[in-house]
Amino acid sequence: MEDSNVERFSASTPKPRIGIDGGDDNKNWRRRVNGVEVSVPIVCGSIAFFRGKKAKEYRTHNWTVYVRGATNEDLGVVIRKVIFHLHPSFKSPTRVVDSPPFTLSECGWGEFKIDITIFFHADACERKLELSHLLKLNPEIYSGPQSPNVPVVTESYNEIVFPDPFECFLSRVINHPAVHVPKLPEGFNLPPPGDAGDESYYKMKKGDTKDHPLSHWFSKFSEADELFKLTATRQKVYAACLPFVQADIAELKRQLVMVDVQPEQF
Amino acid sequence: MGGTDAKDILGLPKTPLYEKKARPQKESHRKPDGISREVYALTGGVAPPLMPSIDVTHLKRPPPPHEKVAWQWLPINSSARKDDLQLYHWVRVVNGVPPTGDYSFAKYNKSVDILKYTDDDYENLLTDPVWTKEETDQLFQLCERFDLRFTVIADRFPLSRTLEELKDRYYSVTRALLRARAQSPADLANHPLMKEPYDMTRDRERKRALSMVLSQSRHQEKKDAEILAEAKRITEIRLAARRAADLDVSGNENIGLDKADGGPGCSVSPSSNSQLPATAVAPSTLTMADYASTLASLRMLHVYLRTYGLEQMVQAASSAVGLRTIKRVEQTLQDLGVNLKPKVPTKTVCDEHLELRKEILTLLNLQKQLLYKESEGSSHREGAYAAMPDTPKDRVFASEPFSFGGISAERPIKKEPKRKGPGRQADTPSPAHKRPRKLKASDL
Repeated sequence: MEDSNVERFSASTPKPRIGIDGGDDNKNWRRRVNGVEVSVPIVCGSIAFFRGKKAKEYRTHNWTVYVRGATNEDLGVVIRKVIFHLHPSFKSPTRVVDSPPFTLSECGWGEFKIDITIFFHADACERKLELSHLLKLNPEIYSGPQSPNVPVVTESYNEIVFPDPFECFLSRVINHPAVHVPKLPEGFNLPPPGDAGDESYYKMKKGDTKDHPLSHWFSKFSEADELFKLTATRQKVYAACLPFVQADIAELKRQLVMVDVQPEQF
Repeated sequence: MGGTDAKDILGLPKTPLYEKKARPQKESHRKPDGISREVYALTGGVAPPLMPSIDVTHLKRPPPPHEKVAWQWLPINSSARKDDLQLYHWVRVVNGVPPTGDYSFAKYNKSVDILKYTDDDYENLLTDPVWTKEETDQLFQLCERFDLRFTVIADRFPLSRTLEELKDRYYSVTRALLRARAQSPADLANHPLMKEPYDMTRDRERKRALSMVLSQSRHQEKKDAEILAEAKRITEIRLAARRAADLDVSGNENIGLDKADGGPGCSVSPSSNSQLPATAVAPSTLTMADYASTLASLRMLHVYLRTYGLEQMVQAASSAVGLRTIKRVEQTLQDLGVNLKPKVPTKTVCDEHLELRKEILTLLNLQKQLLYKESEGSSHREGAYAAMPDTPKDRVFASEPFSFGGISAERPIKKEPKRKGPGRQADTPSPAHKRPRKLKASDL
């Protein structure tokens, strides 16, 4: 995979290439940074509106499926294109969205699993990523006839993880709001990103979803509650283990001593 | 041929119209002797080809013997006998000719090549402070006579020497002779005696060890197995830890930073006395290596979803336990109000989740071990395994731990007799209530 980086780098996309030339030293492209994990928090979801009076037999809902940044930042910094694989009953069910915001709107009547394939920029990753989303048109619990003003929103939070990113990728995205980069260790020097440091590309086209028409239906995901619950539970479990452990330690210490002292017999 | 039968029944004339043509056919249709007519007819007029070895015509007659056989009482001469004793036995004589050649069992009369030494040899090479020449001579005679069966030789040896001493003397004499007589060092090296010289002390040790093993009581055997399993586990833990450390250290690319975050191990931990001591933690020895290899394979992907990564790590953690245990862990999580799959899977949340699962596993294992220990303890108290009066229940749950993913079978850690800690569940159960209690949320 990594050997073919240089060849694949001559990208076939007609868009202006993001990223470094590589300069004189093409080796930059291949250097990965170990131990610095780049993660991109995303939300994958769908919003479906009942069409109310305009609903026909096969067109009862307007729905939109999307992959957005968890804080509504522009994912175009990392993602090159997204392909939504719709149910075969749709015309040309393979829908390609090659610029952010990565959303797709359609009209239909059925719920189905949408397979989503994410393609990254060359300097981020050669491989594509697959995920899937179950499109929901009807609310879980029936609470009367659906109102065309209240959509059914299904969102799930996830993170795209780059465990050992390319140096050039890292330097390009390190300050971007859509991307989370942990604090780099002391004295770690990242080469400057080159012309991608210029934010003008991002300003060319608004790829973020902050002002998206559906944005006020988006959920906010916060780890605080879950984290609190988890740590509290861990403490409980730990406390329950303690009495066993005290007995165990004493016993095992005794045994370890025995095993260490006895020489190999047979 | 069913034709004639049918004609019989119908009353038609049997002779066919075209007699001339029928006649040459008649030969092949003639039923051979030895098979009844109906059977032959069944096969469609052909003898069954399945058994060509038995000629059909011979079926009712025994095969004529090719030769004339008689039995005679004759004297035998065996090369195996060196004396003049004349023995007789029954001999199968064929056509008047008795069998030639040596007695057929004479070839089994093998003996060992014992080296002989002259008196000169003895004086030059073989003198020994402990052994006199007469003794050595006697020893060698016995060796020859009894084909190096040292147990017999030791029994018959006039002076009292131990078997090992006799062996030692014999082998060292032979080696000395071999060395002296060898044409070239190469020949010598191939001789089995030179390659593996007899060592008296090792022989003694070996025999002692063998008799010890043989005479071990069953109880002793169990104890030994336990201790060995424990030792093996400890070495495996150390090995796995070393392997994991190696994997961390070897970066695969040029830059090779040290890991900024230490992976799942270094998450936010409860108190200062944070992690449960590794020796007390239950995960099987293989899990450490599993984590390392899972992490490595995730890194190889270069990109993955956080939820996928968590799934893989959870699988690694559960790889060594049985399905029932996994279900129990999940049940516990649910009871405690924790989502089986985190709703907001950030890095920290996923790390915490993984650690929580591991800790629940530990807790369950510890509980299981205690119950197992209790059952063992109680069964010992009540005497031998045979007599267990009121313990169908004990039996039931005593055998249960073995079915839990085989963990307790691997790790029979001896514990002190039951401790009652604060807030401990499954306190001293009376014999009637020994079902293993699941960890309930209310217990914590």
